[in-house]
Amino acid sequence: MVYLRPSSLTESAHAPDWPALFEERARTARDYRLQRFYRAGLPAPDTPLAEVPFVALDFETTGLDARKDAIVSVGLVPFSLQRIRCRDAAHWILNPHKPMANETVALHRITHSEVKEAPDLLQVLDDLLAALAGRVVVVHYRRIEQVFFATALKARLYEDIRFPVIDTMELETRFHPRRLGLWARLRGHKPVSIRLAASRERYHLPYYAPHHALSDALATAELLQAQVAHHYSPDTPLSELWL
Amino acid sequence: MEAEQLEVLAFIRQWYPFKELPEEVLERIATEVEVAYYRAGTRILEYGDPVHDLYLVRCGAVELYRRNGELHNRLSEGNLFGQMGLLMHNKNRLPASALEDTLIYCLPESVFNELYEHHEAFSDFVEVGESTRLRHAVSRHQGANELMTSSVRELISRDTVSIGRSASVFDAARKMTEEGVSSILVLHEGGEDDAEVAGIITDRDLRTRVLAEELPSSTPVGEVMSAELVAAESDQYVFEAMLTMLRYNLHHLPVLHRGKPVGVVALSDVMRHESRNSLFVVRHIFRAQDADELATIADDARACFVRMVNEDANSHMIGSAMAVIGRSFKQRLLELAEEKLGPPPVPYCFLALGSMARDEQLVVTDQDNAIILDNGYDAEAHNAYFAALAKFVCDGLAACGYSYCSGDIMASNPEWRKTRREWELCFMDWIDNPSARSLLNSNIFFDLDGVYGHLEWAEQLNRLILRRAKRSPRFLASMARNALLRTPPLGFFKEFVMEQDGKHNNSINLKRRGTAPLADLIRVHALAVGSKARNSFERLNDVIEADILPRGRGPDLRDAMEFIAMVRIRHQAMDVEAGREPDNNIEPENLSDFERRNLKDAFQILSQAQKFLKFRYQPGRAS
Repeated sequence: MVYLRPSSLTESAHAPDWPALFEERARTARDYRLQRFYRAGLPAPDTPLAEVPFVALDFETTGLDARKDAIVSVGLVPFSLQRIRCRDAAHWILNPHKPMANETVALHRITHSEVKEAPDLLQVLDDLLAALAGRVVVVHYRRIEQVFFATALKARLYEDIRFPVIDTMELETRFHPRRLGLWARLRGHKPVSIRLAASRERYHLPYYAPHHALSDALATAELLQAQVAHHYSPDTPLSELWL
Repeated sequence: MEAEQLEVLAFIRQWYPFKELPEEVLERIATEVEVAYYRAGTRILEYGDPVHDLYLVRCGAVELYRRNGELHNRLSEGNLFGQMGLLMHNKNRLPASALEDTLIYCLPESVFNELYEHHEAFSDFVEVGESTRLRHAVSRHQGANELMTSSVRELISRDTVSIGRSASVFDAARKMTEEGVSSILVLHEGGEDDAEVAGIITDRDLRTRVLAEELPSSTPVGEVMSAELVAAESDQYVFEAMLTMLRYNLHHLPVLHRGKPVGVVALSDVMRHESRNSLFVVRHIFRAQDADELATIADDARACFVRMVNEDANSHMIGSAMAVIGRSFKQRLLELAEEKLGPPPVPYCFLALGSMARDEQLVVTDQDNAIILDNGYDAEAHNAYFAALAKFVCDGLAACGYSYCSGDIMASNPEWRKTRREWELCFMDWIDNPSARSLLNSNIFFDLDGVYGHLEWAEQLNRLILRRAKRSPRFLASMARNALLRTPPLGFFKEFVMEQDGKHNNSINLKRRGTAPLADLIRVHALAVGSKARNSFERLNDVIEADILPRGRGPDLRDAMEFIAMVRIRHQAMDVEAGREPDNNIEPENLSDFERRNLKDAFQILSQAQKFLKFRYQPGRAS
């Protein structure tokens, strides 16, 4: 999933007024699928985490540049703080309409012939948005999912998509700041890795082979459960986490 | 919607009972899994909580408690809990807490019910506690080979050839020739006993008792037959018949079914069936011309052990066969010693003690032995002879792979060569005045068996022990205390977490922490009920019959003993095969998870049994 060195993770995380934005978009969106998605709304910002319906989302892409690269697979798993429900998980392989570099093929093990026969994002969009509707999306490194999703929709529907996310990578930077103070640097401390596998290890979560959208979504869901168990409480309001 | 849960699937298919389920079932289970994370120290289930899932520990560690707060079990990766709640009105019985940060895969009740109904491997596994699961493991192992279930009857290839006892030896010889047999059964004639076996005549008897004695061919067979009949029951195992033949040095064994003869099994039949094992080793032992030649047979004994393991013999068979081989070494060494030193100045009985006496010998064993001397023994006149004899035997045994006893409980130690009277006084003292020192000995001395010489003296001693120990609560209490000294290695399996003494060991001594404490505690019960048996399994049968154990505990103990013994035996066999020096130490990491899990169950049964022993024989408790 994340195979880049995040450069701007410390950007300030001021969440917009998401419920207001959703209300407005529900009125202004032109595509019926997007209208439905926004109309489903969001949990109120003060909802305790224990009551929030989440959905972990992961994209595998042909590369890192949303302008040049495209989505090849999508995995998602709905969950709550109590349970992650594999039963309702979903996984799609999509046709990126772009040549895939051999190294990406090696990475997520989706072959050229698989994607050639795969549907376009538009063909699964209805199902995908239905799975996300009314839930808070959880990702590990939000720029991939947010940017690629918006770019792909813009190219197809001439309008983008916006939604709040909880970014488990961003949460890790809260507990393990990437920028170390001078004292720490002088003492030779290195910032901890906030990649998915390394973050999971800190919570004693098992190793899962990376770069399968569905496994990564499951891994992300488990990570959020662990992060909340260690650093927050079931009563923490949603607004403290989402971006 | 395609949603194969790769990581979940890869995990669950590693573990029992899922391992035994078809792949397509596993794939579906994987998609039904729900995942939950518990931080170290948090409660997963309280007593009485509704249970609607089967819990599988994905990683971390979970502790289950009894209602009184006592620790019931520690679970690690791949372990299940919640099944009792699912089977009992969805009400949780054992509160569960995360000992470490723990990830749980939960299987919803609907899936549990379906698996439970349609997959026997699954229902067997989750059905009841550890004891049933262990029994399943043991019986499945035993079912693996027909050798174990072969009865003597299956060896009988032809109808019985018999003759009346008034017939002449000439008639007998002619009939044997016609039928092409080397032995004939002699039957009682007339009356109710008709068709019951009176004795047996063999080729050899005709030569030694008739021809060599110049008896007329008209002599009735009843006068020259072997009348003290040693026979096998038709449902006895082949190995038992084999041991009988070895013990009495017989070549022909009549087989009876409800007292009526159904055939004769010849040594060659058994050999063909039992193929190439202990019999050959024993034969070689008795043919060895000196101690050096005997020592060369030690390797054969090990090879025979490995063969029996590979043929899936159970621990009783293997333990008995190795004990027979061990006895044979002793017997032959004693014969050789007498050849060298001349006939003994006074009669004696050479004793086997400990595992050999219990028929529980394996390849890694030290020699424990002693001598009973005739009451006419005069130390000044006779000591030199018996010291030399004992030294010859003990040195010979050491050369044959039976290492010297570290506690010096050997006939070569003058302390363990006593006259009959001295032995009686010694045992009476041990029983009447149990002391720390006598208790150390008791584990070994209270399993005693005559090997050579006046075997009846050993039996007399055993009878004395039996009579006296049974009515000595103080002695039994001391024995019980002694049997509690060696504890099972519970807490091992989840290293770091499970290890309670703070040390991180890498191996378990299966004898010291498994079979030996089991044998010890079974011995106490056996002494208490006056069992004449010496083998732990046979003792246990007597104990079960006496009904002194809580219901179900006896069979549990048997399975625990069998399982631990077999893991130990297989471990030694692997060592021998790999050319390593076999030992009793196993590394849990090298076991399959099936073995690990069952071993843990077996140790838990031992632990429970020790608690009961402590309770039952505590001083002052009326029994």
